[in-house]
Amino acid sequence: MQVHLNTIHKQFGSLVANDEISIQFEPGRIYGLLGENGAGKSTLMKILSGYQQPDRGEIALNGVVQHFATPRQALAAGVGMLYQEPLDVPVFTVLENFLLGRADDGQRPQQSAKALAQLAGRYGFQVDPHEHTRELSMGERQQLELLRLLAGGAEVLILDEPTTGISAEQKDLLFASMRTLAREEGKTLILVSHKLDEVQELCDYAYVLRKGRLVGGKQLPCPNQELVDLMFDELAPRPARQTAPGDVLLDLQHVSARTPRLELEPVSLHVQAGQVLGLAGLEGSGQELLLRACAGLLPLSGGSLRLAGEPQPDWDYPRARQHGVAYLAAGRLEEGLIAGLTLTEHMALVSNAHGLLVDWLQNRQLAAQHISTYQVVGQPESYIENLSGGNQQRFLFAMLPQNLKLILMEHPTRGLDIRSTDWIWEQLDRRRADGTAIIFLSADLDEIAARSDQIAVFSGGRLLRSVPAAETTADELGHLIGGAL
Amino acid sequence: MDSTQLIAIFGSILLQSAPLIIAVCGETISERAGIINLSLDGSLLLSALAGFAAALLTGSLLLGFLAAAAVGAIFALIVAFGSLHLRQNQVAIGFVLAMLGDSLSAFLGQNYTRLPGPSVPAWHIPVLKDVPVLGPILFRQDAVVYFALLLVAATWWFLFRTRAGLELRSAGERPEAAFTRGVAVRKLRYIYAVLGGALVGIAGAAYSLDVKIGWAEGHTRGMGWIALAIVIFGGWSPLRGALGAVLFGATKALATVLQRSFPQVALVAFNAVPWLLMILVLVLVSGRLAAPLLAQAPAALRRPLRGLLQAAPPAALGQPLDDN
Repeated sequence: MQVHLNTIHKQFGSLVANDEISIQFEPGRIYGLLGENGAGKSTLMKILSGYQQPDRGEIALNGVVQHFATPRQALAAGVGMLYQEPLDVPVFTVLENFLLGRADDGQRPQQSAKALAQLAGRYGFQVDPHEHTRELSMGERQQLELLRLLAGGAEVLILDEPTTGISAEQKDLLFASMRTLAREEGKTLILVSHKLDEVQELCDYAYVLRKGRLVGGKQLPCPNQELVDLMFDELAPRPARQTAPGDVLLDLQHVSARTPRLELEPVSLHVQAGQVLGLAGLEGSGQELLLRACAGLLPLSGGSLRLAGEPQPDWDYPRARQHGVAYLAAGRLEEGLIAGLTLTEHMALVSNAHGLLVDWLQNRQLAAQHISTYQVVGQPESYIENLSGGNQQRFLFAMLPQNLKLILMEHPTRGLDIRSTDWIWEQLDRRRADGTAIIFLSADLDEIAARSDQIAVFSGGRLLRSVPAAETTADELGHLIGGAL
Repeated sequence: MDSTQLIAIFGSILLQSAPLIIAVCGETISERAGIINLSLDGSLLLSALAGFAAALLTGSLLLGFLAAAAVGAIFALIVAFGSLHLRQNQVAIGFVLAMLGDSLSAFLGQNYTRLPGPSVPAWHIPVLKDVPVLGPILFRQDAVVYFALLLVAATWWFLFRTRAGLELRSAGERPEAAFTRGVAVRKLRYIYAVLGGALVGIAGAAYSLDVKIGWAEGHTRGMGWIALAIVIFGGWSPLRGALGAVLFGATKALATVLQRSFPQVALVAFNAVPWLLMILVLVLVSGRLAAPLLAQAPAALRRPLRGLLQAAPPAALGQPLDDN
């Protein structure tokens, strides 16, 4: 089925997610849709699959203009989307998930189960119709969703980052089935990804989005460099900075950690007092795990951690706090601040005062004082959720204790304007000069290149390389990020 | 105590449990679709009064039950509307309605207190009533008991064996997944909340027209909270819920017998027995003990046993819907 997206425009508030994108997909081919996080890939595909409606522009299938109000309508017209986290019902059985939302075809459950098993067999998938979906691995849940979409009549299949969190064998199986679907069954396949090697391996053609715009298309295979050039802005030259490294503050030896979705393979790294370590990598490459392990929020599954030369066998978050380690999570309002409390109440919470009663007057003064020193736009009585992102981040910094040894940060400036970003890094530089070590991760390569002394690059749960920031180039980072080495 | 007496006790336990079973089925349907209707206690009281008053005034039992069902449905509709359209907290609305129903029934019921009124006649099923043991327990009852038993089977069958039931459960488990598959989540939540509420209303009338005939202030007070607890105990399954309701009735009956044998122990202590038993069962079923117990079971039985034992609430229970 031929897909034609014509001048699709979608805006969220002041953010333009899709800027007049026109793009065409032909049947029997596999397309890659590349771009950084926030480039607009997911929005565009959600529009094509009926999950969101465009502000302007139209969708044509085989030359016929379509309007999708719901994903169901899109699937009825032949467009199905497999979401990064499969949209299934975990407590249902495989068969129940397969049947939910499908028109009654008059089949008995046993017949449907048989049909499902047959369909699965065609693509080499193994499914047990009566197993509970929550017992399945991510890869198996994907296979189930794929089968459901196919049974629902999908001619155009969109797969959003399907290889995150699945095993290598499942990935090979998935790719093989995608090839079968395109080559033998003439379906149109779209792989949304930011992993260059996957797109090179599987796709015939790649479209690249950047900042909401379609910036180009390439026949594949082609040199990775050409895709990297399209995907990333040219990295700004790093401003010269003198570093005065102190003693080794945090020393990680063969540290590993795991979550149900990802395993971090043993990492050995160290950071010196007054040094900034930047963790680069696509989302879900393992750098988040390392940071949370350093903060004591994720138990080490192996290896050892030394802080200022002392071994820390029972590292956990309270201990980390005691030792002067602070952690700022990416979710400011989820993990960092408490929606529903005012700035004064936040001050009272973090104060070390004991006793039954809260000294409101003192905390209010403290809040007012921080508001003026940290240039927060807000009042002591303001509820924290009513502040802008930049001001929330400023206030988070205001609440950090003085004399920290180590600051750990996820996306310290995500969603902030330039003024706030610069201000935050000024504050961090000041602390750094006092001997505080900083480890941060960011999706913004510019930020990592410009602000770090040392850069560690992660891919697929592995530390690929750790290099002094002065010795790496923009090209190299872009390459490594794409997993090309 | 001879066997006839025992059989009579079992029959009476079943009758006493029937309204509870109906209310538990209604609430289970509503909660499975994602709407927690906490107004049960007030809704039962007001519908018990409405059922009794309507039957008394019209002389028709059927109209009595219909009036009660309407009251229950309206209460549920208020909860659903408040949650789905006004985006208010379901628990808060339900709580307020529970108290409103209680007070309103006391106020409106003043003129109906302790009046003789119509009641559901006994209806023995031919042939089946003569089956030994089971006959007297199950088939020498009245329409309310038969309705309760059929309702349990029908609810279970609907929830777990039909396509519509599948959609109902998906609305309460993962509405965003249901939405992508074209399930009209908001509509379904309205329908099943109101249906569940109507059943709660019928349960109210089952008290005032059958099990505890008549009306007095606070006539069914407490039964709504008990029904809500039994829904949880029942793991949101009508079968286990009905079992819980009967178990509750049985332990109550047992407590009465025990109290006669041990008069030195206060009656309130025996009244706590059903609750202690429920907590014990819940700990056994939902705690860490369940997994090792399951591992001991033969492989062929593991899957059905797991389905029976697991008691997680619908994942999206009580949550508002996103706007899409």
